[in-house]
Amino acid sequence: MKATVANDTILKVENLEMLFPLTKGLLSRQYASVRAVDNISFEVTKGKTFGLVGESGCGKTTTGKCILRILEPTAGRVLYNGVDITKMPRKELKQYRRELQMIFQDPYGSLDPRQSASSMLKEALTIGQTKKLTGEINDRIEELLVLVGLNTEMKVRYPHELSGGQRQRLGIARALACDPKLIVCDEPVSALDVSIQAQIINLFERLQEELELTYVFVAHDLAVVRHIAERIGVMYLGHLVEVLDSSDLFQNSMHPYTKALLSAVPTIDYYAEKSRNRILLEGEVPSPINAPSGCPFHPRCKYATEQCKKQRPELTDRGGEHMVACHNV
Amino acid sequence: MGERLLEVKNLRTSFFTVAGEVKAVNGISYYLDKQEIIAIVGESGCGKSVSQKSMVQLIQMPPGKILGGEVLFEGKNLLDYAPTSKEIQSVRGAGISFIFQEPMTALNPVYTVGNQLVEVIRNHKKCSKAEAWKIGVQALRDVAIPDPEKRMRNYPFELSGGMRQRILIAICVACNSKVIIADEPTTALDVTIQAQVMELLQQIVERKKTSLVIVTHNLGLVTRYAQRIYVMYAGRIIESGTTEELITKPRHPYTKGLLNSVPKLDQTGSEKLIPIDGTPPSLVNLPDQCAFLPRCPYACDKCRNSMFPELRSVEGENHFVACHRDIVEDRT
Repeated sequence: MKATVANDTILKVENLEMLFPLTKGLLSRQYASVRAVDNISFEVTKGKTFGLVGESGCGKTTTGKCILRILEPTAGRVLYNGVDITKMPRKELKQYRRELQMIFQDPYGSLDPRQSASSMLKEALTIGQTKKLTGEINDRIEELLVLVGLNTEMKVRYPHELSGGQRQRLGIARALACDPKLIVCDEPVSALDVSIQAQIINLFERLQEELELTYVFVAHDLAVVRHIAERIGVMYLGHLVEVLDSSDLFQNSMHPYTKALLSAVPTIDYYAEKSRNRILLEGEVPSPINAPSGCPFHPRCKYATEQCKKQRPELTDRGGEHMVACHNV
Repeated sequence: MGERLLEVKNLRTSFFTVAGEVKAVNGISYYLDKQEIIAIVGESGCGKSVSQKSMVQLIQMPPGKILGGEVLFEGKNLLDYAPTSKEIQSVRGAGISFIFQEPMTALNPVYTVGNQLVEVIRNHKKCSKAEAWKIGVQALRDVAIPDPEKRMRNYPFELSGGMRQRILIAICVACNSKVIIADEPTTALDVTIQAQVMELLQQIVERKKTSLVIVTHNLGLVTRYAQRIYVMYAGRIIESGTTEELITKPRHPYTKGLLNSVPKLDQTGSEKLIPIDGTPPSLVNLPDQCAFLPRCPYACDKCRNSMFPELRSVEGENHFVACHRDIVEDRT
């Protein structure tokens, strides 16, 4: 089952596809399907952050969930350290479960309201453990709380007694309790206030350095993703349209969608903002149930040609590991 | 600057809860000129939405209570009217109207868009249903909704988030509102749709000669669209000024902190963000001193020993700041 992968690649996603069937009637007859993730491939380097950006409904969260097999992908492979985990029986997968963790967007919904912080962390520490932990659990819980910047007195608190930022820190502590190698962060800062958001982003960066973590960072905020990730994948309607280094994002992005997305983000640089020309996209993201033929972006793209309507562009390398899926660049 | 349209003086609103008095709005003053776009910026719970709703007495009373102040709109003090009086009802909608963050909850799910438009229009203007329908269709056309006749017969759930937000804007347009208050108008929307809605609002201000108050936590949005900014913290305005002044030369440590917390798109290095330590204070039992004191990196003895600093004028056009210290930071 071992495949050849470069040494520092911790995760490799190959032609991942996720279809959700749409059914109707008494017999739940399938009449269509939603292509949430359509044939996407990317690699994540160990100790680095891979950012997935896109608008709602583009399949970025689904991709994150498929990587962890919270959802079973319909096709494609997910290689973790060279081992395909998509076809692996559940029992065998268990050994990887602790190494692959997830942090969720909603710090209100992702914590059990009837569990105290310490009981939550205790569960995460002991679940799936091969050897029994006894005396050290308490120390470990306190260590975790300190690690994420919470007071050790917080361990008796319940989620409703914590602020949004503190809840998100607890969610992070819970993921860290399993000693993960790779964490999928699904919009971890978008529910937080600006001043708290910066605290949590800095926490993510500190933890990555200290614990040598790898992140797949899913978010809709381009500025946040550019800040935290080394490589960025831009998704549109289930497709990966551009993959590039984050230092290239602002100046060298090539795909018309990435450019439009960049120009739509308002910035706090007053003079640049006043002189900036905005690319306003027409219309809205089409429904993934009847996705357009050819390039998924062609109905909103001003450069669209006949070829774009018929043929789907492949993600190809344009030099310097800058991948773009577009006929016209 | 144009003609003064709205002036709020020393507005105070509190909520009386089991835990005590929550001073949501603690003596704020601001003004709005004709055809002007201003922004009220702050984090959640700083009282920015309550301050706006208090103007037309849209807060729940009790537990809420407007304790004092004046809201001068077209020469009349709106706080003189009872919350259910005819006078204030004619101001709501026709004079001052709101666009809320979540367009799904602001629209009634069991009535069609047309139904809701016609109802509002006929509330403010004597006309037949057919005439109101026509005005409604025109309003939808004004906010660039394709196929307006068809959309009039749709229910809100049949429309996308961006489309629903346009419907709310159309309602403001249909009643010729003089002031539109957009309370986090784009927070629930995607980036590209957000840009569309904001450009639309700006066009409406120009074409229909209305004024706009953007209530938001998003400093980027404000930088692009607002002419003046008020920054709120713990129920008070702590800094105000023209957008250029405030963004390029912020005076208050909180404003500086907010600007430093936002990741920037165009920088290439991996510079660290400088967050504001701690969390916003609870609005129950606010201290007498500066509310930002526990989080402020510049706090000194004077801050600890004196009362909350009043807004004072500082160098620069229309620039006011409520801070004992005076630390200038040039961000140009």
